[in-house]
Amino acid sequence: MTIGNIATKVPTAGRLFDIEQVRADFPILQQHVHGKPLVYLDNAATAQKPRQVIESIGHYYQWDNANIHRAVHQLSERATQAYEAARNKVQRFINAAQREEIVFVRGTTEAINLVAQSFGRNRLQAGDEILLSHMEHHSNIVPWQLLCEQTGAVLKVVPINDAGELLLDEYEKLLSPRTRLVTMVHASNALGTISPVREIIELAHAQGVPVLLDGAQAVPHMPVDVQELDCDFYAFSAHKMVGPTGIGVLYGKREWLEAMPPYQGGGDMILSVSFDKTLYNDPPYKFEAGTPHIAGAIGLGAAVDYLEALGMENVAIYEQELSAYAAEVLAQIPGLRFIGTAQEKVGVLSFALEGVHPHDIGTILDHEGIAIRTGHHCAQPVMDRFGVPATARASFALYNTKAEVDALAAGIRRVRELLG
Amino acid sequence: MNELRDLYQEVILDHRKKPRNFRPMEDADSQAEGHNPLCGDQITIFLKVRNGVIEDVSFQGDGCAISMASASLMTEVLKGKTPQEAEDLFGKFHDLVTDNGTHRGEGASLGKLEVLAGVKEFPMRVKCATLAWHTLHAALEHKNQVVTTE
Repeated sequence: MTIGNIATKVPTAGRLFDIEQVRADFPILQQHVHGKPLVYLDNAATAQKPRQVIESIGHYYQWDNANIHRAVHQLSERATQAYEAARNKVQRFINAAQREEIVFVRGTTEAINLVAQSFGRNRLQAGDEILLSHMEHHSNIVPWQLLCEQTGAVLKVVPINDAGELLLDEYEKLLSPRTRLVTMVHASNALGTISPVREIIELAHAQGVPVLLDGAQAVPHMPVDVQELDCDFYAFSAHKMVGPTGIGVLYGKREWLEAMPPYQGGGDMILSVSFDKTLYNDPPYKFEAGTPHIAGAIGLGAAVDYLEALGMENVAIYEQELSAYAAEVLAQIPGLRFIGTAQEKVGVLSFALEGVHPHDIGTILDHEGIAIRTGHHCAQPVMDRFGVPATARASFALYNTKAEVDALAAGIRRVRELLG
Repeated sequence: MNELRDLYQEVILDHRKKPRNFRPMEDADSQAEGHNPLCGDQITIFLKVRNGVIEDVSFQGDGCAISMASASLMTEVLKGKTPQEAEDLFGKFHDLVTDNGTHRGEGASLGKLEVLAGVKEFPMRVKCATLAWHTLHAALEHKNQVVTTE
């Protein structure tokens, strides 16, 4: 299967890759909204898809569509091969030690729920503690609350400072002999903060406590190496990393996955079934019940190919430069206050405009063709922490440009003109 | 841009800046809380119904220009109306902002509420415009639970 030409690195004139060539790969960016060129800055919600990803999914449905791991016919063979090839690509992308450590799930949320239920439910009991941060997404809070209801375990919340940075010394104090698991966001969707994950993991491991990282907002923006991090679990979604929706990954160390019971029953997760006893398959298949999102996994594989061709180091440098520029330009707008000013950040700019509700900002910017997010970003505890009901959020991806940042700044000034 | 001007008319901006009847009511007969979890808008409606008519209505809260202006305008038009007239007005107002073709009979006129007609071009903002009205409905029914737009 060929997936077209991928924009390659152009190491000339100080450019990391040819941004115009990259933009040309994304058909959706070529449109106008309300008569203005689309400026898509809602990437933390979901990123746009390059032609290569869209075509890989189309190719599967047009030529190879069949169920996997079951039939002996040619199409099933091809589908199986493409699905498993995607697993290898993901393994390489995050540098997992073994392909069996890559479990395909629906997304970050399902990955976290899987760990909460399969890892947590048998292992935790009343009085045990789960540590998380004040800047978790709801999807890394609610599954643990469900688990707490089921087991009597309790959540302990590590506070953050006014910049939105995790307080490591508070974390250290909260780590106790009762701590059974640390579950922490790698990069915050609402604040952009990059957590000090190495220290988090080292401190937890020193006490024998396993660590899950919610990598949904990290994987699309920086190189991630799960072996170097030495995390026990790592969860992320394809759709935020220029891949399709409805597919994501749970990375888990082999020994954990071996020890965990299945999360759902049926399909590929079994070796043999009788009414007396069912033998479960090995990881990762033990956790992939039913017919999986085959096209999604293949699309995710194509997204990995795309990002690797650009180079995640390059993506990180490019986006860092872009968001530094945006922070500088936006800071000059009177009455604009950033929510989340951590030293280490991904390209997420959450802000409040004095006297203007984020929804009004969102509507007016939309009329300028600019898509941003407004609301609590499924992180209400963070909003409470900063005393705001909601924020406006511009979030960047590898295809955004400084010209788009300028358009955003002009749009926000327009909000001021209209609403005073 | 014209649509935007229709949405953010001077009257709306004026009500947003100087919301009318923006105060708590000590001797309210009933009150209700409304909440739009998506935007974080929160509103409390206070109601005093005497001799079958709305004698006083006020609100407090925090939200976008549309939700605050809608609440402010609503409190202005409700005084002296019966609860039934208020409910009828809610129906007509809902039709106005959703461009619903049904005509809900005659009766109470929309009057100054018509400045919110621009909302119909912004389907995502209908919840903002109707939050106060949904909350009023709960207050009229003496419902104690929090109203949400979800």
